[in-house]
Amino acid sequence: MKTTRDRLLFAAQLIFTLLVAAFLIVPAVLSMTAGVTANYFLGIKSGLTLQWVAQVWELYYDTIFRSFLIAFSALAVTLVVGVPAAYALHLRNDRLSRAVEEIITLPLAIPGLAIALALLLTYGGFTDFRRSWLFILVGHVIFTLPFMVRSVMAVFAAIDVKTLDEGAASLGASPWRRFLDVIVPNARPGILAGSLMVVTLSLGEFNLTWMLHTPLTKTLPVGLADSYASMRLEVASAYTLVFFVMIIPLLTAMQLFAGMRANAMGTR
Amino acid sequence: MNDQQANSHGVALSIEGCGKTFADGTRALESVTLHVARGETLVLLGPSGCGKTTLLRIIAGLETPDEGGRLLFNATDVTRVPIEKRNVGMVFQSYALFPNMNVSDNIGYGLKIRGVAEKERKARIAELVALTGIGGLEHRRVDQLSGGQRQRVALARAVAARPSVLLLDEPLTALDAALRERLRGELNRLLRTLGITAIYVTHDQAEAMALGDRIVVMRKGAIAQIGTPREIYFAPANRFVAEFVGAANIVEAACDGAALALPGGKLPLAKDAINGHANGTVFAMIRPESIRVIAADGAALAGRVDSVSFVGDRQRASIGGVAAKAITVDVPNSVAIKAGDRVGLAIDPAAIRLLPGDM
Repeated sequence: MKTTRDRLLFAAQLIFTLLVAAFLIVPAVLSMTAGVTANYFLGIKSGLTLQWVAQVWELYYDTIFRSFLIAFSALAVTLVVGVPAAYALHLRNDRLSRAVEEIITLPLAIPGLAIALALLLTYGGFTDFRRSWLFILVGHVIFTLPFMVRSVMAVFAAIDVKTLDEGAASLGASPWRRFLDVIVPNARPGILAGSLMVVTLSLGEFNLTWMLHTPLTKTLPVGLADSYASMRLEVASAYTLVFFVMIIPLLTAMQLFAGMRANAMGTR
Repeated sequence: MNDQQANSHGVALSIEGCGKTFADGTRALESVTLHVARGETLVLLGPSGCGKTTLLRIIAGLETPDEGGRLLFNATDVTRVPIEKRNVGMVFQSYALFPNMNVSDNIGYGLKIRGVAEKERKARIAELVALTGIGGLEHRRVDQLSGGQRQRVALARAVAARPSVLLLDEPLTALDAALRERLRGELNRLLRTLGITAIYVTHDQAEAMALGDRIVVMRKGAIAQIGTPREIYFAPANRFVAEFVGAANIVEAACDGAALALPGGKLPLAKDAINGHANGTVFAMIRPESIRVIAADGAALAGRVDSVSFVGDRQRASIGGVAAKAITVDVPNSVAIKAGDRVGLAIDPAAIRLLPGDM
């Protein structure tokens, strides 16, 4: 029993939604089409080409690989450091551990530029270190660690980790076995959520990286800024296209993987 | 394996001078000395905050006793041995089952840690599944189990590796009343079958009575009384134990050496009850079920019925005017009694116990 008024209202809402979606999606689509247009100022009728994509690949393929290298290295470090740290902070739960938690979280509030400046002032003198990609990795770890620690701690707060740990201990498991057999598997939803955040943030990180990079250690977002500033518009757009093509399947795959594991674990 | 078999009935346990003061200065447990025989089920009973759980956690190795305390399994000092090397089995109030493992893997975890071969492990798991009556649930995830099923899995897991001592921390508290009663019976049968040394913590006196070979009643971090369930019930050491275990009338009255003088009349005492208690004011404990309601005429002790409540298998009456406080009496359903009636009370002198005045 739909009245005309209902139908009109529905149509209005639909149109509004589509307009908002278009407002957000059209620029992305335009930018990507620009990357495969022979001459942007002449428009699509100038023909489609992959030459700009090829050029981007030639000029910047090292930034793409470096970005992935840094993102997954940051993930490895935050896993190895962040998960045990979250466990220790949760078990202690005293004034000291809360202070440590606050300090770990501080980089979220401090501008990336300030962190980068501090790193440069302190370690800029170690030339080999300063020139290598590891220098950028350090910045990324500082920036992404709180996301890992926080999301793992959130899971620990939801399950009674202390009693599970005591249960495993009473059955004869050493602290290390308890951590691997009981704590990590039950923290899996938090670890996966944290991993997704770390990889995403590291891949897209610009302002800290921009300060820390050298011409030989550019990452993908730094390369993007570089191409926007100094290349043809078509090249910069093709670069964006490459970025999308690489990152969207990766994030989708990680999400699916996380969802699968969460389902296998039950909805605790 | 021989070692394990020798241990299959558990160890004798000695707790020597174990107290516990927490980092914030809270004195959770006064210095306690206790001996538990091999194969005995000892129940730690008391209200919350009495130190019973702290004592259990010291035995488990989850807390270390204050300086000077010692804990021995048989003759071996285990005070400094961490929990994972003590070979204890523990059932937690929340069960602490591992959500990332199914029922079988939970039960077999202790065996896996000890490096027991898979074939032997499977056989032991099957044995425990049968013993605890959870057949068919082996491959379930623990979050698909009911409360009673979880409790059984927790128990099977705790005894799988044949621990030296089985520790149970309020294992039935999380269940509803009917299930609790049924599982109490099963647990009792299981403890007797295994013949294992067991320490059982509870605040439920009915549970303590049903399960314990001996009961340790605790209060404010100290032991109030140790004894068999009958000793605790019929011969409580003080007013706290008398009132905590079962229902009790505590009557404060003047004693002339042979009888108590009460507002409602005279109450004669048994000779051996008076022993050790000087004349003067005494505290007498009388259980509601050891008082009989008789006709008021000619009764040595009489009063007026204040209220009667029907409890199913009996009625519980409150009789005023007998002593300073109203006396609670269990009356069979066959006796017609109503508020306002004048009644006489008959009390067997042997059922009256004089208690020390201090709480």
